[in-house]
Amino acid sequence: MLTELTIVGALKALESGETNAVELAEAHLRAIEALNPRLNAYVTLHAERTLDAARESDARKERGALEGIPLGLKDLFCTEGVRTTAGSKILGDFVPPYESTVTAKLKAAGAVSLGKLNLDEFAMGSTNSSSAHGPTINPWSPGNRKLVPGGSSGASAAAVAARLAPGTMATDTGGSIRQPAAFCGVAGIKPTYGRVSRWGIIAYASSLDQAGPMARTVEDCAILLREMAGHDAKDSTSADVPVPDFAAACGRSVKGMRIGVPAEYRLEGLSPEIARVWDQGLEWLKEAGAQIVPISLPHTKHALATYYIVAPAEASSNLARYDGVRYGLRVAGQGDGLNDLYERSRAAGFGAEVRRRILIGTYVLSAGYYEAYYLKAQKLRALIRRDFEQAWESCDAILTPATPTAAFALDDQPSDPVTMYLNDVFTVTANLAGIPGISVPAGLSAEGLPLGLQILGRPFEEETLFAAGAALERAANFSAKPGMVA
Amino acid sequence: MSYTIDGWELVIGLEVHAQVTSQAKLFSGAATAFGAAPNSQVSFVDAGMPGMLPVINGECVAQAVRTGLGLNAEIHLWSRFDRKNYFYADLPQGYQISQFAHPIVGKGEVEITLADGTTKTVGITRLHLEQDAGKSLHDQHATKSFIDLNRSGVALMEIVSEPDMRSPEEAGAYLTKLRQIMRYLGTCDGNMDEGSLRADVNVSVRKPGEGFRTRCEVKNVNSIRFVMQAVEAEARRQIEVWESGGTVDQETRLFDTGRGVTRSMRSKEDAHDYRYFPDPDLPPLVFTKDFVDGLKAALPELPDARRARYVAMGLSPYDAHVLTLEKDTAVFFEEVAGGRDAKLAANWVTGDYFAALNRLKRDVSDSPVSARHLGRLLDLIADGTISGKIAKDVFEIMLEADEDPASIVESRGLKQVKDTGAIEAAADAVLAANADKVAEFRSGKDKLFGFFVGQVMKAMQGKGNPALVNEVLKAKLQG
Repeated sequence: MLTELTIVGALKALESGETNAVELAEAHLRAIEALNPRLNAYVTLHAERTLDAARESDARKERGALEGIPLGLKDLFCTEGVRTTAGSKILGDFVPPYESTVTAKLKAAGAVSLGKLNLDEFAMGSTNSSSAHGPTINPWSPGNRKLVPGGSSGASAAAVAARLAPGTMATDTGGSIRQPAAFCGVAGIKPTYGRVSRWGIIAYASSLDQAGPMARTVEDCAILLREMAGHDAKDSTSADVPVPDFAAACGRSVKGMRIGVPAEYRLEGLSPEIARVWDQGLEWLKEAGAQIVPISLPHTKHALATYYIVAPAEASSNLARYDGVRYGLRVAGQGDGLNDLYERSRAAGFGAEVRRRILIGTYVLSAGYYEAYYLKAQKLRALIRRDFEQAWESCDAILTPATPTAAFALDDQPSDPVTMYLNDVFTVTANLAGIPGISVPAGLSAEGLPLGLQILGRPFEEETLFAAGAALERAANFSAKPGMVA
Repeated sequence: MSYTIDGWELVIGLEVHAQVTSQAKLFSGAATAFGAAPNSQVSFVDAGMPGMLPVINGECVAQAVRTGLGLNAEIHLWSRFDRKNYFYADLPQGYQISQFAHPIVGKGEVEITLADGTTKTVGITRLHLEQDAGKSLHDQHATKSFIDLNRSGVALMEIVSEPDMRSPEEAGAYLTKLRQIMRYLGTCDGNMDEGSLRADVNVSVRKPGEGFRTRCEVKNVNSIRFVMQAVEAEARRQIEVWESGGTVDQETRLFDTGRGVTRSMRSKEDAHDYRYFPDPDLPPLVFTKDFVDGLKAALPELPDARRARYVAMGLSPYDAHVLTLEKDTAVFFEEVAGGRDAKLAANWVTGDYFAALNRLKRDVSDSPVSARHLGRLLDLIADGTISGKIAKDVFEIMLEADEDPASIVESRGLKQVKDTGAIEAAADAVLAANADKVAEFRSGKDKLFGFFVGQVMKAMQGKGNPALVNEVLKAKLQG
C-alpha cells in the first residue's frame, strides 16, 4: 500500500525505483477520491496539476530532498495559480499570483502538492468547523458519530491520519498544529517563532503564527521541517540562524536530558485518562535515561486570557484588508457608498467566529481600553516568556499533555466560546513565548481515541524536541489506525 | 512689535509630511517615480494582498536620520513601527504603518529668518517615518471612484513642530526653511505641486499672556502661500467665534483656496479611533551610533553654514541669504565665483542673471547660461578685454545660445580698444565736430566732459577702454 508509506519509507522506495512519484501521487489521489467525500479534508484538488508535477519529478535528474513526495497544504498558504481561501467566503475564488516561501521551498525540494486542505476560517478555531467549506471530520470517528479533528489545522491532521497524504503543511497560532495532531493520532511540530518564513501565509495573528509540518512519524516531521525552515529576507521576523539536520536528532539519546513537569499544568478536573498518559510519558522518558524535574510556570493561568486578547487584536488589524475593494468577495447594492460596501462585503464574507474575534480585537485596541487589555496582555506575555526562561535553568524540555481531552463530537461542541477556548490551554503558552512545541501520539483513550503528549523546548532547540519526541514515539509504539483506513 | 490680529496673538504649529527621496517605497521594492501611469508602481505588499509582509527600506531610514541631523535633532537608536488602523478605499492594508509611540527622531530645532532680517528658533517635536496611502479619484466617473495605488507605501517623514510660530509669515518661513534643509540634504525634493511636501496647520488664538486655547487643524495645505493664507483665515475665524461669545471646538478643517476660508471636515466626536498598536510584522528599528556618525560625517553643508561662509567671503547678509535659499543656486554661484571676485560674482548672479531667469521663466536647474560661461564673462571684465557695459550685451547674446563669451567677443569684434592711436583719432574727430562745445568746456563747463566721453565711446561702438578714453580726452581738452 503506497499510502501506508511514511515519508522516510517513500523516499527509500523512490530511491530504489520500487515506485515513482506518479504512482505515489495516483495512490493518494485514489485514496482522496474514496475518503474525502466523508472527511471533507481537501477543499481544492487539482489532479492534473499534481500528476504533472509528479511526472516532472520523475524526470528530474537532480534529486531534491523531498523528490516525489506528495504533500497536502493547509489552505492558508498562498499557492500561485491555485485558489486559496483561508476557509473563508471573504476571499471568494482568490487565486494568488505568488507562492508562499514555505510551499515554494517544498516545491524546490521536489515535493508534489496534492491539493489544499480545509481549516477553521482564517485559522480561528479548535474544531475545523468554522470553515466556509463545512467541517472536516476526524477519521477516528466511530460508527455514525462525527468527531472533530481539532483545529485549526484539522484537515491537515485528518488527511495524514486517513492516509490521504504522508505529510501536510499546517500553521499554529495557539495550538493549531499540536491539538489536531493529538486528536488525530499524528505527529506535528510548531517550530520556534521565526524558524519558518511567514511570507505568503495568510496572517491570523502575526506575532504568534508559525508554520510547521504534520506527519505520521516524528522523523518525517523533522525531514519536512528542515526543508521548510530558514531565513527569508521577505519576512522581517524570520530568524537568520542555521537550520540543523533535524532528522539526525531523532536518533539522539535522551540520557541525562532534564524533563520539566510544570505543576500548573495539572489542572483541576484534568481527565484521568490524560493524567494517566502524561504519567506514562514521564515514565517512558525516565526509562530512556531522562531525569524528571518538577518546575513551575506560575503565570500559566493567565495564558488563555492573554492569548485571547493578543491574537484577536492582531487579527482585527490583519483582516482589515479584506474589504471588497481589490479582490475576493464584493457585495454592493445600487447606490451604495464605501461604508456600505465594507459592511455588506465583510458581513457576508466573515463567519461568526471570525466576526467575534475581529470585534474583540477592535475592542481591546480601542482608546480607553488599550491599557486595560492589550497593554496588560503584553505585560503578561512578557511574564509568561520569563516563566519559561527561568524554567530552562533547571530543565531542557517540558512534557505536558497536548489537549485536556480526546477528540469530541461535532454535536457536543461547547456552545460557549470561552469553554471552547479551553482546548488551547496547554498549547497557547508556546506561541506566547515563541518557543517550539511538538505533539506526539502516546496512546488511546478508553473509547479508542488517540491521545497526544506535548514537548516544549528552548527557542531554536527543536533538535531536543525531536530527540525526546522520537524517544516517546519508540516507547509508545503507537500503531493504531483510524477505523476507516484499518 | 509682535504680530496680532485685533489684539489676539496667534499660536501655530505645523505637521509637515515630506516624501522621502528614495528609489523604492518604505516597505516594498516598488518604484516611486512621480507621474507614472496609475497603478503601475504597485507591489503585492502595497496592494495589501493576503500573506504579504513589509520589509524596511534601509535607504529611507538613512534619509530620515540625515533629515534629523539637519534639524539638529536627537536621533533615536531604537524606534518602532505601529499600525494606525482605519478603513479607506485607498488604504489597501486597512492600516497605515507609522511610528506613533517611538519615533526615529526626537526633539530638534531650526532657525528661521524673517523679512526684517530678524531670526527666530522654532522647536521640532519629532520626526517619524510612515507610509503614504494611495490616491482616490472621485472625478473620473459619474458613480465610481477610481483608486491609484502608486503612492501607496511611499515613504513619508512626518515632521512635527512645537507651537512656536506666531504669525503667518513665521509659518511660511518655517516651511520654507524645512524645505531648504531637506533639499540641501537630498532627503525630500520639496515639490509641493507634486505632493512631495504637504502641511497640516494647527492654529489657535489667545490674548497675550494667556495659556493655549483650543486649536483646530487645517489639513493638507499644499503650498507655502496657502499655509500663510490658511493660518490667517483660520485665526480670523476663531477670533470671530471668541469675540461673538462662542467657543472654538477642536476639529479638523480644510482650507478652501478659492474662497480663502477654512471649513469643517470632521469634529472631535467624529475623530477616528486609530487603535494604534505595535506592528507585529516588524521588529523594532535598531541601529548603532556608528551608523548615525557615518551619515553625519557625510552630510553636505547645510544652508546656515553656507550662508555664514558667503558672508565671510565678503557678501552682504542679504546676498548670502538669497544665494543659499536654493541649493542649486548656491552651487551655481560657487562655480561662477570660483577663483574670482566673490562680490562681483554675487552682483552678476543676483542681478543680471536672476533678472534673466525671471524674464525667461526659467530656473537655475534649467539655466539658459552655464556657470562656467558666466564665470568666463567675469574673467573678460576683470582682464579688461571688455567693459562692464559691453559685458551686459555679451550676456544677452549668451542667453540665446550659451556660447563661450570669449568667442562672442571675438566674432563680434567687441574687444575693448586699448590702442591709444585709435582712441586719439576718434577723440580728435569728436572734438573737431563739436568745436562749440569744446569752447564751452574750456570756459568752465566741466560737466561737458561726460558728453565727450559718450561721443567717443559711441564712435567706437562702446569698445574703447573707458580709462584710456578718459585719459586721452583729458589731455586733449586741457592742451
